[in-house]
Amino acid sequence: MFPDSKLPEGPLAEKWDKHKFNVKLVNPANKRKYDIIVVGTGLAGASAAASLAELGYNVKAFTFHDSPRRAHSIAAQGGINAAKNYQNDGDSVFRLFYDTVKGGDYRAREANVYRLAQVSVNIIDQCVAQGVPFAREYGGLLANRSFGGAQVSRTFYARGQTGQQLLLGAYSALSRQVAYGKVKLYTRSEMLDVVVVDGQARGIITRNLISGEIEQHAAHAVVLATGGYGNVFYLSTNAMYCNVTAAWRAHKRGAYFANPCFTQIHPTCIPVSGDYQSKLTLMSESLRNDGRVWVPKTVEIAERIRKGEIKASDIAEDDRDYFLERKYPAFGNLVPRDVASRNAKQMCDEGRGVGSTGLAVYLDFADIIKRTGAEAVSQKYGNLFDMYAKITDENPYQQPMRIYPAVHYTMGGLWVDYNLQTTIPGLYATGECNFSDHGANRLGASALMQGLADGYFVIPYTIGDYLAQTPPKPVTTDHPAFQQTEADVRARVQKLMSINGTRTPDDFHKHLGNLMWEYCGMARNEKGLRYAKAEIQKLRKEFWSDLKLTGTENELNQALEKAGRVADFIELGELMVDDALDRNESCGGHFREEYATEEGEAKRDDDNYAYVAAWQYVGENQPEILNKEELVFENVKLTQRSYK
Amino acid sequence: MAGSNPNAKPMNLTLKVWRQKNRNTQGNIVDYQVKDISPDMSFLEMLDVLNEDLLRKGEEPVAFDHDCREGICGSCNLFINGRAHGPESGTTTCQLHMRKFSDGDTITIEPWRAAAFPVNKDLSVDRSAFDRIIQAGGYVSINTGGTPDANEIPVPKEIADRAFEAATCIGCGACVASCKNASAMLFVSAKVSQLALLPQGHVERKTRVENMVAQMDIEGFGACTNIGSCAAECPVGISLENIAILNQEFLLAKATSNNLA
Repeated sequence: MFPDSKLPEGPLAEKWDKHKFNVKLVNPANKRKYDIIVVGTGLAGASAAASLAELGYNVKAFTFHDSPRRAHSIAAQGGINAAKNYQNDGDSVFRLFYDTVKGGDYRAREANVYRLAQVSVNIIDQCVAQGVPFAREYGGLLANRSFGGAQVSRTFYARGQTGQQLLLGAYSALSRQVAYGKVKLYTRSEMLDVVVVDGQARGIITRNLISGEIEQHAAHAVVLATGGYGNVFYLSTNAMYCNVTAAWRAHKRGAYFANPCFTQIHPTCIPVSGDYQSKLTLMSESLRNDGRVWVPKTVEIAERIRKGEIKASDIAEDDRDYFLERKYPAFGNLVPRDVASRNAKQMCDEGRGVGSTGLAVYLDFADIIKRTGAEAVSQKYGNLFDMYAKITDENPYQQPMRIYPAVHYTMGGLWVDYNLQTTIPGLYATGECNFSDHGANRLGASALMQGLADGYFVIPYTIGDYLAQTPPKPVTTDHPAFQQTEADVRARVQKLMSINGTRTPDDFHKHLGNLMWEYCGMARNEKGLRYAKAEIQKLRKEFWSDLKLTGTENELNQALEKAGRVADFIELGELMVDDALDRNESCGGHFREEYATEEGEAKRDDDNYAYVAAWQYVGENQPEILNKEELVFENVKLTQRSYK
Repeated sequence: MAGSNPNAKPMNLTLKVWRQKNRNTQGNIVDYQVKDISPDMSFLEMLDVLNEDLLRKGEEPVAFDHDCREGICGSCNLFINGRAHGPESGTTTCQLHMRKFSDGDTITIEPWRAAAFPVNKDLSVDRSAFDRIIQAGGYVSINTGGTPDANEIPVPKEIADRAFEAATCIGCGACVASCKNASAMLFVSAKVSQLALLPQGHVERKTRVENMVAQMDIEGFGACTNIGSCAAECPVGISLENIAILNQEFLLAKATSNNLA
């Protein structure tokens, strides 16, 4: 039987309030008797650690970075959504809820998404009170802009550095609790396993990345806020250290992994320029507010561009195809990410791509520059234009940007119930590392919203329900499960160090990334997926017999760190392929070529696939068990998404 | 390849790299050759090439800090040819591209050098002193929940913009590495002035500046002698104006201190 997702009864708008009343509370004097481990210090982790410490719990916060402020939330550019309706343009909690469920192609839970929309307004209040310098109008009030998949302006922003400002806000709250002694901070500590005692999460095993020491840490509950797994594709907009290891280790200890194949391909990234490329850089979706996406109308013109015979600005207006505006007049350039990405790919597949590789489309600012001047454009997007110029050596004020879709976000993640608890009691997952709110496609400016919602306003309530049922006795690392789990971790590290083969961790990672992008990327089909599965299995064998490392495990060894992460990515990759094979429909970011409408849009199969696919690990080299959580829609009507 | 200068030829370079086993051992410069470096590579991608090569040969790769490679996380911190983040102004190491160098160049790569930033290994240093300075007061003391509606705190746009500019500090430490005194004044002042400018920060402005400056001194950063190399080398353009604001805030606080400790 599927684990209880604990969705509250009653009308949608009352569920969260009712639930908050029904969950058990830990009395203020007892909170200091409970220890909570929070792994990860990005938006979801730092906000959770700070808020839990403020409540009185003893928190241990872990990050593999040298400082909590380095977490990849820092790189989020465009903004954060909230149903404030400050613009008087018809926004509401229900509209944000509706847009998010529809944007997710009807593969998210209604109750979770509604709660997210409800608490979104509190997040903005919280951040402003912390001193987050959001953009403001001349009257001194907050400014907004629009984002893809919405027809209202509900996105709050701090130029193109919203994630940075929000993270520094959460980091400041966390730092305050460190100063008070309520949070003990462990930097450069990587979680390598979760310790399960009598079926409940009671701690973690970490490796100190500087000394190499393996350490045990006990607590009454563990919160994972360890981000997404986009780096399974090798090239993505994720930071270099982003990885699935913490979530994957939890999965192998009993936490279900939900919808792993739901990955988001962001339409506006700087195209790949060479084999040496280590990562891809996003150009914020906010640019689609003012930039117009186009390709040449004909293959002939596109070819001349690719050969460098003409420049974009040489192409006459009549010879340009503003394909998003043409196909989706209602939303135009602001269609959701999955739609924009697929269309860009389609244009390139037709031979109308630009740039020397032909794997790019234009994002053109000529109109807005003409209308408002380069200065005004620089005010709005200056840092993004500078970044583009630095990377490509081209001036986007003079020539349109070249962009191409790239892996950006993972909607899938650890399965959690309404309390954000995984299938291991006492183990929670927040932010991108859970699967909960975005369905099959995430709308822009909603990741920051979800990370902070989970950390500031959900987990502080829901974790109490579990702790109130746990005796407030000190937890220690005395239980044999700690020794056993530590031994497992040590054995794995030593195995990696002792293979002594010929291929580097990066080499395996690139190999895996190519397979994933080619066969489990923007478009997937059964034949390709089956091929990829066999290749990944081969790759896994090769990894464990031909890995090359140097140095020792008792020191800073970045290749060793990487090897452990790649090993987990390989296993995850196979599960993603299994998940994509199981889902015989297209929805959101999961596009199976066999299941498309005549116009080439994703064709869902609600009768058979309106479920969360929650995968259960049962043992080495055994196929995982698929558990299905049926999705029930009582408040929105399931329709073919249309942005026309 | 795409973009940039199609005529740019791959480069061969000599690297002089600081190697140091750990905090307790002495380090030294080691020479390496790298070949066929594309001008479109980032500086860190060039180091990736070196490290892959070393690993394949059975040698230890060079340890260095990096993560987002978008110029925002503040992890990367290389002292390149005597300059923090290398020859290009307003640029982090990860955003520095090899087209700024020429075939045959010799490039010296060192870690940040400051007593308050001990070396972990090779080019990786420990910057936790920055965290401790923020812990001393770089926040507004409010708990989650119970805050007023965001628009109940109006902030003039010019003030909000100036606070934002100060708040864009990425905490990389280039200011410290560039300063002959290894002073952290620019870093500290960026946070002090962000919160001093905004109404939200006014309540604690005096204790904040006193506590943060005190922690800065405890960590062993040097004094500020107004040379300005910190701002000149800051990859995100944090202005010297912030140091002026910090000094003003500090004087005001000391003159009217309610920090009884």
